Amino acid sequence: MTAAIEFRDVRRVFGAIVAVNRVSFAIEPGEFFSMLGPSGSGKTTCLRLIAGFELPDGGEVRLDGIDVSATPPYGRNVNTVFQDYALFPHMSVLDNVTYGLRVRRVPAAECRRQGEEMLALVKLEDTGARRPVQLSGGQKQRVALARALVNRPKVLLLDEPLGALDLKLREEMQLELRSLQRRLGITFVYVTHDQGEALSMSDRVAVFNSGRIEQLDSPQSLYNRPRTAFVARFVGGANVIDGHYAVRAEHIAVADAGAPVPAGAMRVAGTILDTQYHGAVRRWQVRTDDDQLITATRPEGDAAPAGREPGTRVALIWARASQSPLTAD
Amino acid sequence: MTTCDSNLAAPHPLRTASTFFYRRPSLAVYLLLVPPLLWFGTVYLGSLFALLAQSFYAIDEYTATIVRRVTLATYAQLFTQPANLDIVLRTTQMAIAVTIVAAVMAFPLANFMARHARGRVKAFFYVAVMLPMWTSYLVKVYAWRLILAKEGILSWCLSALGLDGILEAVLRTPGIGGPSLSSSYLGMFIVFVYMWLPFMVLPIAAALERVPASLLAASADLGATPSQTFWRVTLPLALPGVAAGSIFTFSLTLGDYIIPSVVGAPGYFIGMMVYQQQGTAGNIPLAAAFSVVPIVLIGIYLALARRAGAFDAL
Repeated sequence: MTAAIEFRDVRRVFGAIVAVNRVSFAIEPGEFFSMLGPSGSGKTTCLRLIAGFELPDGGEVRLDGIDVSATPPYGRNVNTVFQDYALFPHMSVLDNVTYGLRVRRVPAAECRRQGEEMLALVKLEDTGARRPVQLSGGQKQRVALARALVNRPKVLLLDEPLGALDLKLREEMQLELRSLQRRLGITFVYVTHDQGEALSMSDRVAVFNSGRIEQLDSPQSLYNRPRTAFVARFVGGANVIDGHYAVRAEHIAVADAGAPVPAGAMRVAGTILDTQYHGAVRRWQVRTDDDQLITATRPEGDAAPAGREPGTRVALIWARASQSPLTAD
Repeated sequence: MTTCDSNLAAPHPLRTASTFFYRRPSLAVYLLLVPPLLWFGTVYLGSLFALLAQSFYAIDEYTATIVRRVTLATYAQLFTQPANLDIVLRTTQMAIAVTIVAAVMAFPLANFMARHARGRVKAFFYVAVMLPMWTSYLVKVYAWRLILAKEGILSWCLSALGLDGILEAVLRTPGIGGPSLSSSYLGMFIVFVYMWLPFMVLPIAAALERVPASLLAASADLGATPSQTFWRVTLPLALPGVAAGSIFTFSLTLGDYIIPSVVGAPGYFIGMMVYQQQGTAGNIPLAAAFSVVPIVLIGIYLALARRAGAFDAL
């Protein structure tokens, strides 16, 4: 099967900054593919390279097996949902949604029919006559989605589409996007800096760091078997011990300094730096005697005796089996 | 510590006043609004209405005094005497031509300044566009008269390039031509466009600065070619700027009396007529009626622009 999108050794440079550094990967048709990373890691530039807003300085971008490295955005069967929605303020909602059809000179009646169909798909049937300014953030988001889908693209690109929404709405939209993607069966490429979002929605996730992909894997593998220290910290919020092992915070117990070490367990002595209450869990930051920072989270109410103030000497204990070796470099 | 305490005990009067206004933000806003409103309301609107009122009086042709009785006689004189009507039409045509050409010339420049230029280049262009406004208006007009004169630098350059035939052909064109560029409507038109171009560039650039780049990206993403993006997204969103700029160029051309009297063909323009009627002729009602024409034309223009959707993006 031909990959929906393929990067071959792609480079993109802005002045002295290498935004995308010799990146290669392939996205399968119908896949929900996320690009995860901190800001400036190259994920958005990769999305813009797929859309055609950026052209590569080296390497090839292929869509459906065809090299599009020099093709402008209007020549690609790919559509984008923008972070700021980028709705046209001087057009009605329906005119926004049908824009892609109108520039292709689809007859007006057909535009209207398909536009209304798309608005129904995103559950905004009655808003066609309104202006974008009259919509809420969540509604704008749906209009942007309908507008991008009206051209029946093979690939939908989503650039942090839920970033501006509040938490509850964001969770609703995550479910809706995922079910929409399953129903339409088109490839979704989703850019986010929120690892929870990437893990919960995606078939596969590419973790970006300084212009490169650190690891490209299923969400389970990324979380359970991070290959690099960066992935372990960024995706799992895990502790990296001695640079070789990842241990997740929820697997580390905070015990009294003199507590015995159970069989098959690791033990490190340290001093509490800080502790925070997070509702379901309590989080502890401990500086070990060999000067590593380790975070432990325990369920609220579990082994959190009073008196463990910052400055208290403690022992951190975890099962050897919960250590996961970092295999790459 | 003692200073702190004494401050708390007896606050400085200025501080008390500041606090008074801080707690009543709308009061401060309205108080600050009084001077500009007085200026605008009394000086500007007041004299405008006085002018409007004057145009409904008429002059007694025998005594040459103003008869303070409401009449439409002055407007009848304005619109029935062919000479007066010619002046209105000539000025309006010039204003429309200047506005259109200024808009067409300003748009690419404004687009470059707002969307492509960065840092020093951008600053240079903004200063360069405004630079002519730092020079005296009269100096520029007389400089243009010399540039456009029969023995001036422009005709010298053209003949040096062997292009004087073209200039002569243009000057032979009826309506815009004349004995030389400096005594033709074409010459006057060139000076008008030069003078008012900054007033068109700056509002368009300001409007384009406010168009997010993502809108243009979205248009291309949805399949629009660059020219479709221009006509469907860029231009409609810049139209409020074009409208603002064209109000400047249109009204400045309608009202100007110096350029038509220094450069160009002998035909009168509205501004010259106002100057002459209220000065030498002493016919203030007719001068007022002439001044009402640009106001009405601008009103009509704004109504048309609004109907065409120029302000939908605001």
